[in-house]
Amino acid sequence: MLSLVLVLLLFSSIAYYVGRRRAFSAAGGQIRQLHSLPGYNGLYVALWCGLPALLVLLAWLSLEGAIIDNLVVAALPRDIIEQGAERVTLVLNEIQNVVSGTIYGEPDATVLAAAEHYRQLKSISHGALIGLTLVLPLAAGAYALRKINPRFEARNAVEGVITGLLLTSSTIAVLTTVGIVLSVLFESLRFFQSVPITEFLFGLEWSPQTAIREDQVGSSGAFGAVPLFAGTMLIALIAMLVAVPIGLMSAIYLSEYANVRFRAVAKPLLEILAGVPTVVYGFFAALTVAPFIRDAGGLLGLDVASESALAAGLVMGIMIIPFVSSLSDDVINAVPQAMRDGSYGIGATRSETIKRVIIPAALPGIVGGILLAVSRAIGETMIVVMAAGLAANLTANPLEAVTTVTVQIVTLLVGDQEFDSPKTLAAFALGLVLFVVTLFLNVIALYIVRKYREQYE
Amino acid sequence: MYESEAKLAEPNATMRSGVGNVRATVPREHRQTVGNTRVDNPRIRCNKLNVYYGDTHAIHDINLDVGNNEILALIGPSGCGKTTFLRCMNRMNDTIPGCRVEGEIIVDKQNVNSPEVDVVPLRARMGMVFQKPNPFPKSIYENVAFGPRIHGLTANKAELDEVVETSLVKAGLWDEVKERLDQPGTGLSGGQQQRLCIARAIAVQPEVILMDEPCSALDPIATAVIENLMVELRQNFTICIVTHSMQQAARVSNRTAFFHLGDLIEVGETNELFIRPGHQLTEDYITGRFG
Repeated sequence: MLSLVLVLLLFSSIAYYVGRRRAFSAAGGQIRQLHSLPGYNGLYVALWCGLPALLVLLAWLSLEGAIIDNLVVAALPRDIIEQGAERVTLVLNEIQNVVSGTIYGEPDATVLAAAEHYRQLKSISHGALIGLTLVLPLAAGAYALRKINPRFEARNAVEGVITGLLLTSSTIAVLTTVGIVLSVLFESLRFFQSVPITEFLFGLEWSPQTAIREDQVGSSGAFGAVPLFAGTMLIALIAMLVAVPIGLMSAIYLSEYANVRFRAVAKPLLEILAGVPTVVYGFFAALTVAPFIRDAGGLLGLDVASESALAAGLVMGIMIIPFVSSLSDDVINAVPQAMRDGSYGIGATRSETIKRVIIPAALPGIVGGILLAVSRAIGETMIVVMAAGLAANLTANPLEAVTTVTVQIVTLLVGDQEFDSPKTLAAFALGLVLFVVTLFLNVIALYIVRKYREQYE
Repeated sequence: MYESEAKLAEPNATMRSGVGNVRATVPREHRQTVGNTRVDNPRIRCNKLNVYYGDTHAIHDINLDVGNNEILALIGPSGCGKTTFLRCMNRMNDTIPGCRVEGEIIVDKQNVNSPEVDVVPLRARMGMVFQKPNPFPKSIYENVAFGPRIHGLTANKAELDEVVETSLVKAGLWDEVKERLDQPGTGLSGGQQQRLCIARAIAVQPEVILMDEPCSALDPIATAVIENLMVELRQNFTICIVTHSMQQAARVSNRTAFFHLGDLIEVGETNELFIRPGHQLTEDYITGRFG
């Protein structure tokens, strides 16, 4: 397949030069006579040469398998087809294994015959594809070449194609988001058919194990999400208590006090914190910080769970520091020098200027940054999975183990699951609520940041 | 500070080639100042003031007095050092990395250009108004109350209210804003913003007001309002104003100092200097032959 793509590329580049030459000669060497520059004419021909063939190639490759499968299945003996869809799938699998030569044992005659049929279809398809890739670009290129004349608007056509390409790229991102939201939404609706939404949102007990057998013990199946959200909020709160003061103060130091050299070193170093994989933070929290807190608590006579909200929150706070500091640093730097001059000019000291002028002026931006950091804290998974525990305690004590929405989603979906039980569907409902909450926070943050921007313009 | 060459040449665009000639023929060594740089009983006396930005020698050996209750205008082409000179007097050049100020600035028998002098009280005595209006993004009231608050000038809210009112009255803004003191200062028009900045500066009861091209961002009507204001403020304050407008210097100031390429070329009574300039460069500049 790669060779076909390379052939297409080669054809396209040749087409580019041919098209350019053609445009030159059409204009009699006088480029000003042309509506579009020769390069655009060349690109136009190259696009005609390459694009349709590429699209056909992609469509062919994605549909080829299904079509051949269908043809092979249709040719199978009637008695196999009558045994139902699952049997057909099994046989088809066997056929494919025979074709690729990865079968052990002796397949029966029908399978061998079907495999031969499969192979034939495959080679026909392959030959047709090669033929098409050779003929289509030449035909399309020749068609485009014929259109070139001095008044031909090749530039507009090429730019139209580029616009289309950009549009496609942006729609892919948007459509993916829409797809995710819809899938989560529909699965959540299924969940709410078996568990009432009020129970989910306001129930105080979370115990997602549902009974598979009638007589199973300890599987009550309670789906009250309040303990999860309480745990999430507790950990996010601890994280923000760490990240906001440290991040904000380091941002103030870096932007207002630090000399250029220190800033040039410290800022990238601080931002490295954001580049540490969260799983590393996770085991740092679980294996270093949590035992340390438990031992320290033991010395003080406190009863600290080995997986405490405090450990997870502290480490998450460290992780979020660069978000707060980097965004705050940006908005503090965006406060015009004129504001500082005005304040210094009246005789304000540096700290008075920071307290009374710069922070108030930058506050909306700082708040926006903090809200973005909060949504990051709420959605963070790896640290809490490793350090926060699974027990859905409804508590405000940071020394106890709590669990979060993301941890529960992970535990509900990891491993072998039946995807129609309320237990697994609950993960989608949790995801939906999480999505709504973070979306809401992001919207507020963006709104505040935008409002801030208008102030000095 | 940056102004485009084109903007400067605007009054007489055909003279642009002349600018180059004048600059090329000027000897780079220090030039003697024409006119009397000294006044009796000065408010500020500068002795041998030199400023360096890194390796650039921005102003050379300036001797200049600012008298009590006078308006001193600093004029000259861009890059001549007049803003730098102005910013020496309240040590605002301290905030510029790589800037070095040498020489004496005597205020009340004390050299304020020595490192031991605390800039906070100095700047409270020398209010500053900037080229572009820069009200804080706070309410009008808070903008004016800023200085009194940080210097602890008032004991209670009533006193603060009074300082805010008198400052706004002196700045000629009170009648326009007295109904909306809680609205943001950034919502005012350009001219009102600049008067708000003047009110903010005089709220700390300075002795001197340093103005760095206070009208360059304003339209002629707002400029006229501020010029009238300066003449009134002169009764209580000493004003030092940097301006690009020779007409403005002629209208408002008592004395004028002409800077060129870091040298103080000529100082004199404004009427005298504009009618009978003592130096060829001054004459060329004020008659618009270059600049």
